[in-house]
Amino acid sequence: MSRISETIASKQAQGKKVLIPYIVAGDPGLELTVPLMHALVASGADIIELGMPFSDPSSDGPVIQLGAERALRAGTTLKHIFAMVREFRQQDKDTPILLMGYLNPIETMGYEAFASEVSASGADGLLIVDLPTVECEEFFAAAHGHDLDTVFLVAPTTNENRLESICKHSTGYLYYVSLKGVTGAAISDHGEIRAKIAHLRTVTELPIIVGFGIKDAASALGMAAISDGVIVGSALVDKIGHLQAGKSYSNAQLVATVGVIGEIRSAIDAL
Amino acid sequence: MSEYKRVNELGSREAEQPNDEFSGPDVHGHFGRYGGVFVGETLIAAVEELDQVYTRMAADPAFWAEFDHDLKHYVGRPSPLYFAERLTKHYGGAKIMLKREDLNHTGAHKINNTIGQALLAKFMGKPRIIAETGAGQHGVASATIAARLGLECHVYMGAEDIKRQSANVYRMKLLGANVISVESGSRTLKDALNEALRDWATNVDNTYYIIGTVAGPSPYPRMVRDFQSVIGREARAQSLEQFGRLPDALVACVGGGSNAIGLFYPFLRDTEVAMYGVEAGGDGIETGRHAAPLSAGRPGVLHGNRTYLMSDEAGQILETHSVSAGLDYPGVGPEHSWLKDIGRVHYVDATDTEALTAFRDCTRMEGIIPALESSHAIAYAGKLAATMSPDQIIIVNLSGRGDKDIHTVAEIDGIKI
Repeated sequence: MSRISETIASKQAQGKKVLIPYIVAGDPGLELTVPLMHALVASGADIIELGMPFSDPSSDGPVIQLGAERALRAGTTLKHIFAMVREFRQQDKDTPILLMGYLNPIETMGYEAFASEVSASGADGLLIVDLPTVECEEFFAAAHGHDLDTVFLVAPTTNENRLESICKHSTGYLYYVSLKGVTGAAISDHGEIRAKIAHLRTVTELPIIVGFGIKDAASALGMAAISDGVIVGSALVDKIGHLQAGKSYSNAQLVATVGVIGEIRSAIDAL
Repeated sequence: MSEYKRVNELGSREAEQPNDEFSGPDVHGHFGRYGGVFVGETLIAAVEELDQVYTRMAADPAFWAEFDHDLKHYVGRPSPLYFAERLTKHYGGAKIMLKREDLNHTGAHKINNTIGQALLAKFMGKPRIIAETGAGQHGVASATIAARLGLECHVYMGAEDIKRQSANVYRMKLLGANVISVESGSRTLKDALNEALRDWATNVDNTYYIIGTVAGPSPYPRMVRDFQSVIGREARAQSLEQFGRLPDALVACVGGGSNAIGLFYPFLRDTEVAMYGVEAGGDGIETGRHAAPLSAGRPGVLHGNRTYLMSDEAGQILETHSVSAGLDYPGVGPEHSWLKDIGRVHYVDATDTEALTAFRDCTRMEGIIPALESSHAIAYAGKLAATMSPDQIIIVNLSGRGDKDIHTVAEIDGIKI
């Protein structure tokens, strides 16, 4: 069982929901990412999604675009991200890390070299936003050859054929996109999401984690109640954007910066 | 009753195309290793639906009859194949024939594609159209067709491009379109495409995205090529009619590559016809300040397809440079990437300076103000013609007219207008 699956299974055994924060690696400065990751764990994160910044993030809303721009200005590359994961693993052997990003930087490095480095650095899984399953075989083989989980998105528009293919290629969990749109938009229709998730349960036993549009304790509660957990991105990246690269911050300051994670943890643990 | 010989109308489609290496793409939209569908999950269903609808429509003669009717009566096709006698004399060599896409309604080849895609939008019952634009020609063509069909139209345009193409911005507004300034990234065409994709994901139920070039996820590269192929079909028939033979060479500028594929595609099987796609050399390929992914880029994935791109060693997309907003794009249509790899088309470049010289030459010697995009093709054709003999023929795609560029050229000349 992978570190991601074990973590989720243990939460489920306790009757708890999974909380997954998303941050952009290198945002706003290379030196801030590992301390932020520790602050996230201290605030109750179960798994961390670490974004690999790309110049043209066409599935992301303005907040995460800006985060990617800050990270790229700071000079973030895949090599830096592997080093961050290694550094994080020196202190934290338990919290799974999922690297999330767009395909071009990975193709440029080469699937095999990339998967090998990801695995060696101590990360656990991959989610490539613009790589649908129909194009994923080579990538899938490389990732699984290095025991990495492959997470795919399921959207409100995903049809039955695609759902079957996505479930076949997914390990770890299914990332259910709560809305039609980009990251950071607002969720409007809880009833529809509830129905979709109920349907997903009939075709897969994978844990279903909901992301896009979860910005505070209230929206997290609504989604956590009908799924196995929630992913929080834009609300967090927005706060991190107020930090300054090159400035030093105490742990308490970083925990305060990611305060939304602590609030959501308390809220969903009360479910 | 005697059987009349059926003569094909000028530029009509051939009923049966042979099934060979040029019959691509495959069912997943691949041209060799290029093309495909690389978009976020939310958009996959929309792209698949479009593929199904287009595949069905493309097999229906009534659809093409409506398309041809609009091209004839609304766009003003066929466009002439014109002998540029003084340019020919100036360059000294092969005959320069200009395919006059500048004479189309709205002033460029872009309208051929928007006519076709708007028919699809209408058929699919989508009341809202979005488009991206660089130089503004595709934005104008989209706004035009939206006005004609009574559809709501939103055009995404980089803030930088809005500054250098103010006349086209106003044309779009006059036509009733909402022009949205894109402030993210490098604030040019690639960022406008990102923003249009975000809009599409958000409004996928009621929105049709008219991509302006032969890039994007499948079926766009195939579909836009099919709509633009009217250029090459006409040119081929016109060459046979005027000269009794096919041309020796075709020359077209390549940004995303829609005017070029439109000219080239109907000639791909004519092995005796040489083809040259001219990319924007900007300040010169060696300076790195250019927009020539086929000449100096590497394969990668952007905007829904695998193709040659301008990216750095970390895979981040590079900013491009060209005097022509319409060529200022770091990618290129996937079919061009494949045609480069198999060697069927030669991809070359013309610098800003060479394009500006060609712009002035064509204006002064032929009384035709060409678009700065098309001026790149004229520039290369001039060099090519000089190496050929006077009994040889080059067809240059004059893809658009240059009225939109007079502010840019005046500024370079230090004149305020």
